[in-house]
Amino acid sequence: MANFTKATSIKDWLNQRLAIEKVEKVMMSEYWIPKNINFLWAMGMVLVMTFVLLLVSGIFLLMYYQPNVATAFDSVNYTIMREVDFGWLWRHVHGVAASVVFLIIYIHMFTGIYYGSYKKGREMIWISGMLLFVTFSAEAFSGYMLPWGQMSYWAGMVITNLFSGGSLHADFLVEWIRGDYVPAQAFLTRFFMLHVLLLPLAIMGLIGLHFAALRIPHVNNQDGDEIDFDVESKKYLAGDKAGSKVIRFANDFMSKDMMVVGVYLVFFFYLVFYNYGFAMDPVNFDPADGLKTPAHIYPEWYFLWSYEILRPFSVDVGLIAFGFAQVIFIGLPFLDRSPNTVPASRRGLFKYWFWAMLVDMIVLTAMGKLPPEGIFSTIGFVAAIAFILLWIALPIITKFEKKI
Amino acid sequence: MKDSSRRGFMGKAFGGFAAVGAVASLYAMKKSWDPLPSVKAAGFTTLDMSAYKENELVVEKWRGKPIFVLKKTAKMVSSQTPVQAERDVMIDGSHYMIAIGLCTHLGCIPAYKPSTEDFLCACHGGQFDFSGAVTKVPPPRGLDIPPFKIDGNKLVLGEVGPEYQAMKDTGITL
Ligand code: FES
Repeated sequence: MANFTKATSIKDWLNQRLAIEKVEKVMMSEYWIPKNINFLWAMGMVLVMTFVLLLVSGIFLLMYYQPNVATAFDSVNYTIMREVDFGWLWRHVHGVAASVVFLIIYIHMFTGIYYGSYKKGREMIWISGMLLFVTFSAEAFSGYMLPWGQMSYWAGMVITNLFSGGSLHADFLVEWIRGDYVPAQAFLTRFFMLHVLLLPLAIMGLIGLHFAALRIPHVNNQDGDEIDFDVESKKYLAGDKAGSKVIRFANDFMSKDMMVVGVYLVFFFYLVFYNYGFAMDPVNFDPADGLKTPAHIYPEWYFLWSYEILRPFSVDVGLIAFGFAQVIFIGLPFLDRSPNTVPASRRGLFKYWFWAMLVDMIVLTAMGKLPPEGIFSTIGFVAAIAFILLWIALPIITKFEKKI
Repeated sequence: MKDSSRRGFMGKAFGGFAAVGAVASLYAMKKSWDPLPSVKAAGFTTLDMSAYKENELVVEKWRGKPIFVLKKTAKMVSSQTPVQAERDVMIDGSHYMIAIGLCTHLGCIPAYKPSTEDFLCACHGGQFDFSGAVTKVPPPRGLDIPPFKIDGNKLVLGEVGPEYQAMKDTGITL
């Protein structure tokens, strides 16, 4: 047993038993962050903040929501919105956060792509991040079911039908997932379980993994500099704070992060109070009706690009293209064959690849929202093909990139 | 030495024991997620076929899914191609189109237009004719025909009769 001495303070008492000083060093005061990073690196902290907002608002909604096909719609639209004091606040926070979290995730992702933060040594950061993205998508989808409106019902119908695998006709699989022939009580209750328990648990586990993956290769920086963290941190601790390339995470770097989080929260609550409507589809204010399809079925904005990749093709090709779009980003560290960890602007053709991919995804998103007719379906088709071609081109163009 | 091999054996024995337990619990989890018996038992619907009017689409409900019932007019019947005629359900001398009213693409409900006598699926623009055969992609095949049994002038959905079996065998429906 360790040697315990009489504690001089509460902190000391805890320190002897929990090694809190060591934890504090590892997590905060001697967790080193490069100095040359810009506000885009704060998106991680913004995401943590948004996740907390989702969790807290979700807990309050959970107290009044009823996962029953007969009462779910009213429990959201009547009980929570009208009867519960501030129920509307939790719902709007939850709805807006669920939408905005994807905006931030996309910014976070494209920042990583632009600065090459997925490259050698940082592959696990990227992969765990993409797993988080997939789990967040499942979380968003299962949550979208819960108000049991028309869009919930029909999105549930269409998305679960994807699992029949087109010409494979695996209808048994679809019925198994739903627990019924159509989305009904069993479906609602199990998606409720997934949304409030299983997927959040998975998300928290993956967040842990994502952070852990950052610990050894350290965070990338604006110039892709390879920093010797041991040397630089010694410099810092020896008092040469200006000469060192790194700073402490807490409280030095945190203050910058919190500044960005502060600005973000102003924007966020502006949306919650004045512009929450964008996160609520009007069609979902009709109760679910299994005998009437809404005229247009489209997902929330953050899924539009992959939905549009599915749409212009026949069933099987569409499903394959869709599957491709879902998983291909995970392979990025291995498809980019260039060893350069620098911003895209200083690389060869990759610079154009990056902007082409970004623009293509924006085009796909816009086309996904428009009705699939005439010129729109042609543009959508071209953009979907372009998406696939870009990924095929990536290993080739990066292979010929000169080492910088 | 002896000790460690004994540990090795115990490790393997426990591993095997745990594997059996894991498989058994996966099986239980799979079964728990299956549709409940009450859901399956409610899977039958009986339709009285004398009540329908010609060229008027009626949407019935079976297993929570919409079922299209369309009594064909004499003109439709006489103009039918063999492909369309194969899909007919004959009850008491009348020709019916009976189909699950969910688009075979991704499951939206197509809308019927009596004037043009066809269906349009608004989701991705699929079209079907009055017999439920597909006339414009993306839907990969005609509307599915639910399992049925003819019983006088009644139709039992969910039970497999000889007429349905024949359709299935010849690949007219899935
Ligand atoms: S669901 Fe009918 S065309 Fe896609």
